[in-house]
Amino acid sequence: MNLSEETLSKIDELIPRYPEKRSAALMVIHLVQEELGAVDLEASEWIAEKLEIQPINIRELITFYPMLRETAWGEKHVRVCRTLPCALRGSYATCKKFEEKLGVKEGHVSEDGKYSIEFMECLADCGEGPVVMVGDQTFENIDEKDADKMADLILKNKLDDSKKFISYEKAVDSVKPSKA
Amino acid sequence: MKWKFLDRKSGKPIYLICNADESEPGTFKDRQIIHKDPHQLIEGMMISAFAIQAKQAFIYIRAEFFEGAKILERAILEAKEKGFCGDNILGSGYSCDLVVHRGAGAYICGEETGLIESLEGKRPNPRIKPPYFPAVLGLYQCPTIVNNVETLCNVKHIMEMGGENFSKIGKPNNTGTRIWCVSGQVKNPGYFEFECGALTLGEMIHDVCGGLLPGRSLQAVIPGGSSAKVLRADERFQGTLKDGTDFDWGIEDIPLDFDGPMAAGTMSGSGGIVIMDDTVDIVEAMANVNAFYAHESCGQCTPCREGSLWMKKITSRMCSGDAREEDADLLLSVANQIEGRTICAFGEAAAWPTQSFVTKFRKDFLAKAKSQKRKKDSMQLI
Repeated sequence: MNLSEETLSKIDELIPRYPEKRSAALMVIHLVQEELGAVDLEASEWIAEKLEIQPINIRELITFYPMLRETAWGEKHVRVCRTLPCALRGSYATCKKFEEKLGVKEGHVSEDGKYSIEFMECLADCGEGPVVMVGDQTFENIDEKDADKMADLILKNKLDDSKKFISYEKAVDSVKPSKA
Repeated sequence: MKWKFLDRKSGKPIYLICNADESEPGTFKDRQIIHKDPHQLIEGMMISAFAIQAKQAFIYIRAEFFEGAKILERAILEAKEKGFCGDNILGSGYSCDLVVHRGAGAYICGEETGLIESLEGKRPNPRIKPPYFPAVLGLYQCPTIVNNVETLCNVKHIMEMGGENFSKIGKPNNTGTRIWCVSGQVKNPGYFEFECGALTLGEMIHDVCGGLLPGRSLQAVIPGGSSAKVLRADERFQGTLKDGTDFDWGIEDIPLDFDGPMAAGTMSGSGGIVIMDDTVDIVEAMANVNAFYAHESCGQCTPCREGSLWMKKITSRMCSGDAREEDADLLLSVANQIEGRTICAFGEAAAWPTQSFVTKFRKDFLAKAKSQKRKKDSMQLI
């Protein structure tokens, strides 16, 4: 287990926030997964020891919760919302376009490990569907045509600089009053 | 309010949890509050925590809100600096720490006892009630209040305005404001806060959301998140309201409050209104909804685990060119065997869409068996 000092100190800071250590399980798993991409058997055993529970108590979480992973997603992970409100706005076509352009089927990781797509359930932004997340950023109203352009930017690693595609998070942040 | 049932005499610590796991399809108001006005939620939570003398408070936030969790963490630090939360709040001698806890993508964590299990670091299998009413035996078997984001934000405004003034908003029995989330096939979907009963469904669709897309007509509306029973555009709703007045409504006349959708045989639920126009293939819409519930069932109760999966399989098969005449009744029989036979309300949430879709759009389900064709120009939904 090779975790950075930063992650280790975050974990140590986190556990005492809870009345019982086991409660920190999801949060610790998130931190480990953010650094390693996935939580394998060795990592599960390490977390279990840290929280003074059995490894199976961690394994059963990873196999249950959709966002916890035993194997890592690609370096660029694209989530497309599949649920009804987004589907009514064309999310099936959006997902298909990403599959075609990034050369990987939803639920899978490309052979070089660079890209992965997840056609997942409700991303809770139904009014602006189809909703797409790239990494931890949310993009709204991404129809098939937008998906085409967005995939090009992802392939060129230029999505962050895009003026056309500005994530919900960045847009909200930009209207905040500046802090005194 | 749930607070009435809180066991204050047990001597055990009391906990407050904010349910920010918003995951009912069609609902997207928590995202806006958390990203755009997190301090409102924190203020509402700290007032609530003080009122119930909570030892500690948690915000359980869905894991997809990566940035939302960070925003809340920052806002809590700001509140701590000002002495609004943490130790000895505003010199009152009352201390309460507020912790942000991230979920991991499971819809069932929106069920309050499932959420509590999850916060204890376990799989979120809901607990059976009785005896596990959170207000008595909640987090760590201690008295616990679980409220959603909108409710806790309301607490701030109730305190500010006074209960009496707050209850003047809206209509009797339908007090306060609600944030309605409109999605699907209207020109301008979005989230809109109105006094309860201030407008009808028709006014919402046409005046607020700019109407349907050009050349389309209304086919169906899900009025309160995807578990609410669907309404057919040409239905008539007749009966007597609680206050004794008779009503005779078309779909667009239904008032947007608590009692209106209830009187029309459905519910305002989470306030998520999903609009479907005439291009929608209703069987595909059903298949889409069923795929969601099959994916999200926790698997604890057999009727729900097996039933939701079979409803998904049947509707998916119907959409792949192998629909049979008996499917409509088969679906109803599966749904009826889930409803009322599960530990938590997920069973109902999974059964109601199928029961209402199949009953109200029976013709579409039978037509599918005859032609096996997709509706022309319809958006792919499965």
